[in-house]
Amino acid sequence: MQTTTTVIASLLGLSWSASLLAADDFITLASTTSTENSGLFSAIIPVFTEQTGIEVRVVAVGTGQAFEIARRGDADTLLVHDTAGEEQFIAAGYASERLDVMYNDFVIVGPNDDPAGITASERVADALARIAENTSPFASRGDDSGTNRTEQRLWEDAGVAPQGKWYRELGSGMGPTLNTAAGMNAYTFTDRATWVAFQNPQDLALLFEGDDALFNQYGSLLLSEEHYPHLKHDLAAQWHQWLVSEAGQQAIADFTVNDQQLFFPNAE
Amino acid sequence: MPSGDNPFYTALTLILGMDQGLFSVVLLSLKVSLFAVIIASLLALPLGAALALWRFPGRNALIVLLNALMGLPPVVAGLCVYLLLSRAGPLGQFGLLFTPTAMVIAQVILVFPIIAALTRQQVEALHGEYAEQLSSLGLSQLRMMPTLLWDARFGLLTVILAGFGRASAEVGAVMIVGGNIDGVTRVMTTSIVLETNKGNLALALGLGIVLLTLVTLINALAHWVSETAKRRLG
Amino acid sequence: MNAPLSPYLRAVASNVPALRLEQASFEHRGHRLLSPTTLLFSGCQRTLIMGPNGAGKSLLMRLAHGLLRPSSGQISWEGKPPVQAMVFQRPVLLRRTALDNLTYALAVRRVPRHQRKTLALQALEKFGLTSLAKRPARVLSGGEQQRLTLARAWLLNPAVLFLDEPTSALDPAAIKAVEDAVNEFHQNGTRIIMTTHDLHQARRLADDVLFMHNGHVLEHTPAQQFFNAPASPQAGAFIRGELVW
Repeated sequence: MQTTTTVIASLLGLSWSASLLAADDFITLASTTSTENSGLFSAIIPVFTEQTGIEVRVVAVGTGQAFEIARRGDADTLLVHDTAGEEQFIAAGYASERLDVMYNDFVIVGPNDDPAGITASERVADALARIAENTSPFASRGDDSGTNRTEQRLWEDAGVAPQGKWYRELGSGMGPTLNTAAGMNAYTFTDRATWVAFQNPQDLALLFEGDDALFNQYGSLLLSEEHYPHLKHDLAAQWHQWLVSEAGQQAIADFTVNDQQLFFPNAE
Repeated sequence: MPSGDNPFYTALTLILGMDQGLFSVVLLSLKVSLFAVIIASLLALPLGAALALWRFPGRNALIVLLNALMGLPPVVAGLCVYLLLSRAGPLGQFGLLFTPTAMVIAQVILVFPIIAALTRQQVEALHGEYAEQLSSLGLSQLRMMPTLLWDARFGLLTVILAGFGRASAEVGAVMIVGGNIDGVTRVMTTSIVLETNKGNLALALGLGIVLLTLVTLINALAHWVSETAKRRLG
Repeated sequence: MNAPLSPYLRAVASNVPALRLEQASFEHRGHRLLSPTTLLFSGCQRTLIMGPNGAGKSLLMRLAHGLLRPSSGQISWEGKPPVQAMVFQRPVLLRRTALDNLTYALAVRRVPRHQRKTLALQALEKFGLTSLAKRPARVLSGGEQQRLTLARAWLLNPAVLFLDEPTSALDPAAIKAVEDAVNEFHQNGTRIIMTTHDLHQARRLADDVLFMHNGHVLEHTPAQQFFNAPASPQAGAFIRGELVW
């Protein structure tokens, strides 16, 4: 009965007060799907909100789109994982400051029986070369995301120009790419956080990890006050500083999925 | 099979154990789509009726355009609204991007052509039947409009429901302009996409069943109201 | 080929303004459906327009009522256009109750809201429809529906009532009710202009007859004269019940 009343009252009300968080102050954070899909934000944002009263609204998209959202002035701050791209963003004058926040790593997952035999590889370049040589199906994001850019760089390092029927560019986010890879029993390149939190692995297994080249650094960006005078720079700066503070770093370290820590704080 | 993999079981658990989070998502879905359909109807019903009643240069082109826009991909509508509402866009100063209002605007664009085009069709058919009698009573075209809309109401209810179906089912537009922000712009369809991306297929399908149940209930209600009225009024 | 106006028609005095057609014709997609016609509807009698199917009876009536505009020529009232109503072959009723159909017509004519229901109920009673007031108009029988359209016309208190084959789909009892209503209108001072292809009905109702054939008005004479001594061979054949084309 009370539910019905609430529904009717809310439908009649012109306000959009469906929000759970009652905070008056909020910032919009453009970030990547890996952080959102793994559940990191649901774990750390409530801690931040409790300490500061600031609500953080996360728009989780690919890294390329996150940059675009920020460039158009539609987000107050950025948390992404493409260090080269982030530095370019600062050089172009869109952002004023970048801080290392945390890292995790990329891994290669693939069919449990590992037809290309990449478990035997020492280096990621060798693992990729074996997949290409064996022409085993490989699902690539193909969406110019941070993960996709790293993958492309690694193919280059391996001296392979991936092409042919076995190499499939999906143009999708990490989650859909994993779903597709599971469906076609293909190898794919993913960040560890999304993989560990992913619940539809079917016959896929983690086959390659641990190379230094697979290091995946996340950085927080403060946007330019000069370029974007309308943004909530004060609130965004509080979030930016909190991420690298002791409290923020602890919250990141405390986040686990299946007892596994997914992000490792490394602020200086 | 573990019960957690069964979407019907998941859907049932979701409905029975409706928590605050899911409740607000369901509520926002309904609010956004209902507002969009109400606004679109207020604009499209008069336009559809006007197209049925008046002959003017460019009328056929307008009808063809409306019919074509019924197939507008939601992503395209979303992208247009995104560029319009973005800070760098013409309506940027209102700060509407990533709000439910932006989602309503995008859905109005999707629903408007459906309601306008189908209203035109319904009213034109009724006008064929009524025109002489209403002219004989001394009604101008303008004064015929409310009469025709009212007398076509049972057909138009179906038209509006078709619009509501389009609004509540689409994900492409609300994803782009709403941003799928937890607790702010996350609705049923974007939740389904999110859970699919996480590989949580049972939950995604469970949410889908909840959405379908809701839409079915609304349609059943509308059907019941219209059948009751029809029995009374023929 | 237009019959000259008879002295009889001129003689009838009436305060209803006359309707004059001057060389009025009508074409549709290159087909001439009404040849240039000059006519005068005056007085307060019951004019029956007769002729075989496709003669142009309904067309002439729609032109006279103002639902259609002539392709050439003039149609004009001598004086202020009077209040008119029209009853169609197939009753056109709105998707509302019988009562609401009547109050709707009153609303259209801007009758004050508080008077509408009383007037509508009076009209329903006059046409024996009181018990059907709350019934949806569109589920009534054909005869009831046509009576309801007559009640609606009655409420408008027309000086001229047009009826286009109002009884062609009705059973004898319903036909009788419609004819009684037509006479009631007439006694109330309403000019009647009605089409029919039913000779018996025409004999019962007509004060004067306008006979049409193939888009031409062949004669316009008092009823007695028309039935006893039709001027045109086509009318003669029509009265004898022969097929005329």
